[in-house]
Amino acid sequence: MSDFIAQVVAGLAAGGIYASLALALVIIYTAVGLVNFAQGEFAMFATFICYTLLTNFKLSYFIAFPIAVGIAFVAAFGIERAVIRPFYKSSQLTTVLVTLALLSITNSTAGFIWGYVPRAFPSPFPFKPVNVLGVSVSIQDTAVIGVTLVVLVLIWLLINRTRVGLAMRAAAAYPDTAELMGIKVGNMRGFGWGLAAAAGAVSGILVAPRIFLEPNMMQGIIVYAFAAAVLGGIDNPVGAVVGGLLLGVTLALVGAYIPSLADLRLEMTLGLIILLLVVRPSGLFGRPHVRRV
Amino acid sequence: MRSIPVRYRRAGFLFAVAVIGLGLPWVVTGFQSLQLSYVLIFAIAMLGLNILTGNSGQISLGHGAFVAVGAFVTAIGMQRYGMNMFLTFPIAALVCGMLGFFIGLPALRLEGIYLALATFALGVGAPDLLRKPAAITGGVRGIVVPPVISPFDWLQDEQYFYYVCLGVAVIVFLVAWNLLSGKIGRAWRSIRDSELAARSSGINLAGYKTLAFAVSAAFAGLAGSLLGLANGFVSADSYQVTLSISILVGSIIGGIGTIEGAVIGGLINEFLPTESHDFIYQFNPSLSTAAPGITQGLLLLIIIFFARDGIAGVIRVTYHRLRLRALGRKEAEADVMPKAV
Repeated sequence: MSDFIAQVVAGLAAGGIYASLALALVIIYTAVGLVNFAQGEFAMFATFICYTLLTNFKLSYFIAFPIAVGIAFVAAFGIERAVIRPFYKSSQLTTVLVTLALLSITNSTAGFIWGYVPRAFPSPFPFKPVNVLGVSVSIQDTAVIGVTLVVLVLIWLLINRTRVGLAMRAAAAYPDTAELMGIKVGNMRGFGWGLAAAAGAVSGILVAPRIFLEPNMMQGIIVYAFAAAVLGGIDNPVGAVVGGLLLGVTLALVGAYIPSLADLRLEMTLGLIILLLVVRPSGLFGRPHVRRV
Repeated sequence: MRSIPVRYRRAGFLFAVAVIGLGLPWVVTGFQSLQLSYVLIFAIAMLGLNILTGNSGQISLGHGAFVAVGAFVTAIGMQRYGMNMFLTFPIAALVCGMLGFFIGLPALRLEGIYLALATFALGVGAPDLLRKPAAITGGVRGIVVPPVISPFDWLQDEQYFYYVCLGVAVIVFLVAWNLLSGKIGRAWRSIRDSELAARSSGINLAGYKTLAFAVSAAFAGLAGSLLGLANGFVSADSYQVTLSISILVGSIIGGIGTIEGAVIGGLINEFLPTESHDFIYQFNPSLSTAAPGITQGLLLLIIIFFARDGIAGVIRVTYHRLRLRALGRKEAEADVMPKAV
């Protein structure tokens, strides 16, 4: 039983990381209706910024973390306004290509600045597990879950309980009407991108101590984030979070209790993406896609 | 100035292409012949993507998977079963074509962004999927492909291999030309422009869309066969998702939907990374590894911003402008070239 709980905690920690990145994808999809293939690279870049703040500027983790997330927000806002904005009326192929171009540029720019040698990312939380009522629980995992939850709740509150969140939702749902009501739709789209990059940055900074920091670090994570987003419904932020946690726990339990499948986690996830897209593209919680012709 | 009749112009153009295509290996070094072979290989794969994405309107971010399978078919056929190189080409095309057909079936239910996601998953998963059955694919160690040896005294190995690639490319280009300029190509383009309108006109959506997947996968598989031979070594890890992306990006930069765009894309894919790397290397060796990605991304953005039809489109527009200036409007319009597919 204690082993089971430890596995669930580990799964939730991994799931929280998937959930943050999936949330980033979903925020952009709901805000502007496109999938940002560069999301993982944005997260990686923010993680490198955090690393620089920690090592070169000797800032405390708890100061560097919000600064890096803030920089991610501002940078993504700028990128949306400068690069993405002209393409909302374009075909989906075009928008996919623009995000692929961003993927390539962001990845190489990180390599340009920081190089391709993997580095260890410091974590303020000890890796040693503690014993709670006979259950060995990793502090690292618990902290990751805690930070993720705080960030997710903050984002939820921002979207659902503030004026700017309301304006953002209005701009996404009825851009023309929102514009007439005095909402600056363009700024709201930039805001959505910024928010997404911030959520992604959190996932990058939290995952970095578990893997090594290098320009390609998020390419292994982004597939799970896609799966989480598709599982929860790509237009449903809460669904993405639930999908991420569900995926994390399921993979952890499968890895622990079905050894023959432990090595096939990536394949199962890919299979899940394809199966879901074919059988139920709207995911567990998404609205079915209805189109007027 | 009198204009030359269209059919002579076209014949002259084809003759020039043939002379350049056949003559190139005699004026460049062996290594450059190999580089040109890579250009043709990428062009074949991009032509497949041109059919799928440029004509039938389905996005694939996972075509590297078909390239990988084609490479493994040739490697396994030659290494394990001692097959002749030429025998493995149709097998690779057939295997990948069938694979493409079966992947095209679920793709029918997916549109736009969802298909991009699913094929991206395929592209990301392919190296892992191919590495696992180590008994067949050699696992992490991969399979060594026998070197291509020229059967003629007067032809060096690199020159011979170039001609093999050229032969495959010519066949593939003829097939593509025939498909695209006939009924099938018209059906694909009508699906791309509006599925609803295409269906209303009695076009069998499922049939044509899966056919596009199968044909483009077969082309990618042929490219993979040649790529395995060119590398002399086939390993699952050399077919990362970046390969899939660079095939798509290259064909967009070249000009998707056009046959000549595939050749330009092949040139870009082969020479842009190495040239940009070497260019930056002169100034700062440590930064040069990042150069190919940045130039590729920036070039793609420039193309999307300013030249939707890629470099092929720029060339075509420039050509027609120049002709217009040289001939005057009346004559130029009198025998304007039929628009290429």
